[in-house]
Amino acid sequence: MTEVDLVIVGAGPAGMSAAVTAAEIGLSVLLLDEQPAAGGQIYRNVAKADETRGDILGKDYTYGLELVTAMRSASITHVTDATVWKIGEDGTVAYSVNGKASLVQGRKVILATGALERPVPIPGWTLPGVMTAGAAQILLKQSGLVAERAVICGSGPLIYLIAQQMIRAGKPPLAIIETQTKSDLLNAMRHLPHALRGWRYLMKGAKLLSEIKRAGVMRVTGAENLEIEGDTEVRAIAFTHRGQTTRIQCNLVLLHQGVVPNTQATRSLRLEHAWSSAQRCFHPITNEWGLSSLETVYVAGDGAGIGGAKAAEQAGAISALHVAFALGFITKADRDKRAAPILRLQSAELALRPFLDRAYPPSDQVLKPADDTVICRCEEVTAGDIRAYARLGCTGPNQAKAFGRSGMGPCQGRYCGLTVTELLSQETGTTPDAVGSYHIRPPLKPITLGELATLEQTLTDETKGLI
Amino acid sequence: MEADYAIIGGSIVGLSIAWGLLKRGRRVLVLDGDDGSFRASRGNFGLVWVQGKGLKQPAYARWTQKSAAAWADFSAELGESTGYNLALQQAGGYDFYFDEESLEQRVAEFETLKKELGGDYPFEVLRHNELKREEPNIGPRVAGAILHHQDGHLNPLRLLKSLADDVRRMGGTVKCGVPVKRISKRDLFEIEAEDGTIYAAPKFVLSAGLGAMDLGPQLGFSAPIRPQRGQVLITEKLPKMMNRPSGIIRQVDEGSVQIGDSKEEVGLDDRVTLETASAIAARAVAVYPDLAKAKLVRSWGALRIMSPDGFPIYQESSTTPGAFLVTCHSGITLAAAHARYLPAWLDGSDQAPNLEVFSEQRFAIS
Amino acid sequence: MNNASPFHNISPSDDLVTVTFDGIEYILPDGANLAASLLEAGLRYFRNTPVSGAPRGPFCMMGACYDCLVEIDGETRQACMTEVTSGLKIERAHRDKGLEND
Repeated sequence: MTEVDLVIVGAGPAGMSAAVTAAEIGLSVLLLDEQPAAGGQIYRNVAKADETRGDILGKDYTYGLELVTAMRSASITHVTDATVWKIGEDGTVAYSVNGKASLVQGRKVILATGALERPVPIPGWTLPGVMTAGAAQILLKQSGLVAERAVICGSGPLIYLIAQQMIRAGKPPLAIIETQTKSDLLNAMRHLPHALRGWRYLMKGAKLLSEIKRAGVMRVTGAENLEIEGDTEVRAIAFTHRGQTTRIQCNLVLLHQGVVPNTQATRSLRLEHAWSSAQRCFHPITNEWGLSSLETVYVAGDGAGIGGAKAAEQAGAISALHVAFALGFITKADRDKRAAPILRLQSAELALRPFLDRAYPPSDQVLKPADDTVICRCEEVTAGDIRAYARLGCTGPNQAKAFGRSGMGPCQGRYCGLTVTELLSQETGTTPDAVGSYHIRPPLKPITLGELATLEQTLTDETKGLI
Repeated sequence: MEADYAIIGGSIVGLSIAWGLLKRGRRVLVLDGDDGSFRASRGNFGLVWVQGKGLKQPAYARWTQKSAAAWADFSAELGESTGYNLALQQAGGYDFYFDEESLEQRVAEFETLKKELGGDYPFEVLRHNELKREEPNIGPRVAGAILHHQDGHLNPLRLLKSLADDVRRMGGTVKCGVPVKRISKRDLFEIEAEDGTIYAAPKFVLSAGLGAMDLGPQLGFSAPIRPQRGQVLITEKLPKMMNRPSGIIRQVDEGSVQIGDSKEEVGLDDRVTLETASAIAARAVAVYPDLAKAKLVRSWGALRIMSPDGFPIYQESSTTPGAFLVTCHSGITLAAAHARYLPAWLDGSDQAPNLEVFSEQRFAIS
Repeated sequence: MNNASPFHNISPSDDLVTVTFDGIEYILPDGANLAASLLEAGLRYFRNTPVSGAPRGPFCMMGACYDCLVEIDGETRQACMTEVTSGLKIERAHRDKGLEND
């Protein structure tokens, strides 16, 4: 088995910056990422994107090139197309590339697996032609594709960014239907004094909104009762606003209700997690260095709590410094000296977050889906099913899973876990923390039995008696 | 509320007993643990299985057969009242062998048991080619199989759900998320939950799986049980590729293939390990080579509830009569017996099966 | 089915190869993301669910949702995590179930 000082999972901003920081100090670093090139989702394909794409996506995207370039010059083993499917408490990581499984032993592991978009269970969200807003952005970054005749729905600043990029590409969205309300904005205002430290982002937001307005894109806030229509694919979206129903014919619907930490890997390690009522999601509990409840494992970036790309980059460096210290590469004084300016920047970076969380909350419709709405895409379980299981005594997601198969499909609960927790919390009158979440077990992503079986020969044959 | 029986443990064993008691007109209160409790009912293999059980204890083989025989009727009744199809199939099951020698050895053991059971042990040996006719997807490395005609399988999660449903429908009270802290006996059995609530009933059944290790001694049971880990792999849903289940591989009615049967003595640890998972996968691929391309979607470790000899324990407390310990590692196979025959034993009825051989006394003697 | 693509490519590639999807030939950019290329070619749905047979297409494009599963060489794979290569034979995953429900 290969042994390295540090295994990093995920080559987004947190993973790349952790890798560069650790490698520069002299640690041997193995960086595993499932995409063909470094960048994560935020800087996806940034090294290959041409000028046209760069212009449309803007400077916040092309900035990623600096990180990718820094990574190339450091001595890092970056394994691309690597699917990590099991992480051990002792730092062993099992992954597959092109159907071949391998094992690596890290003295420490940094999980930089980023975020997922919050599930958006509304009627019709499983139809072909309905995608996440993030998916539309990935299509643009990775493949130069711009959605035509699309409607963007939901809540969150990413909506404005993708709309602006579509406008710049000459394909403005047909409409932007937002679910947050004026009172959400008023609630957020009390965080404004603190948020002013993040004034650059506020300016950017204002600029995006004025660009959208100039382009003449229809924009509604406080929309309710969203319903995507179509038989085998999207035909239209309907919603109500101030009691009036509007229906827009379209090709694509892009959904967004904010992003949440991807906790599959951290849950599989049974790390301690907590519920964030501000962001309505679970996150692993980490200290200021990103160290989890397990001394081998760090969590850096959005996977530890949503903070955005820059904060993730800073978190990656901070975790790497702690790893270098823990493994005896640098002294405590050195660690603290290097970390101090990064921590200062990070605190400014996170200043806007409480304002954003308040201004763009997930809508009631997705937190309390109607009974007939599918909430588990894989097994096609509805919100009503989950409520019925609660009446049959399911107090938590794992009993509900046993009763109705939600979370048992190939996505392994990524797009229903939070919804099930919210629903059971509402039904049982207990907190999401008390309700808990699905048990996540390997494989973190489906692998073939053949791949798993071939590992058998390379492992110590402790179960020989079985065969 | 008034109850004749309080049952601790609201998974398959506890609910099967509750269901049977309700059918006898008893009032029951079931107290169930929380979402994180170790639950064999969520992690089991879904087999209604006779072959290989009780090789050294024909009474256990008979008890298992009695349950297997009661299953069709039990399943139909449950299905009728709840509308759930348990997907029970009792068309026989296999035990696969990669070499003739171990197959022959097993056949000899089966012949001995068959004699002790008066010939009621319908099994046959299928050599590779015969097996291939029954299961066209079988791999070349499989030398043969024992096909036992009393074996079968079902959908265990639907069984759990339908029992939970029907027990409530019949008026049983089920309290979930109520881990029990203490049990004592005054006039009634008093059960103190972790939140301080006291529940009381004149009779009491402890069917809390591994929970009995702590709770049993409070009522004078020795409860000599231990966890034994089994790891299970589940594939994506596949087109039908198997006609009958085996003890290690089966295709569930929804299409997934379930693979398992490791036995590990690791205490209260239900994690999965790479070594065992890959060994299980390698064996499955040797039996059904097409599985090599199937995607593994989930895996889990579940803890069996094992007594020292592997047989169930049915014991009334000698120090506090009216308290019963029921524990076994084959809660699915025995669910029909627990629903149909065990309640009479709990009630002390004349029709009660003789379960003396399953008392805790058997461990005290040696 | 609407075969007009709901996507516009701002920087199309000239390096094209042929693949088949359910036996029909498609000319796609070599080395490109398979899910994106099929969407661009006008394909809307990639699979049927094994539960109800409902049609599904790419949803997250980042390997998390498994709604873009297709079958290649007898193995189900995520189209959004697969690169286009010449001669790829792609089938709709769980097509049989879908037909059964039609």
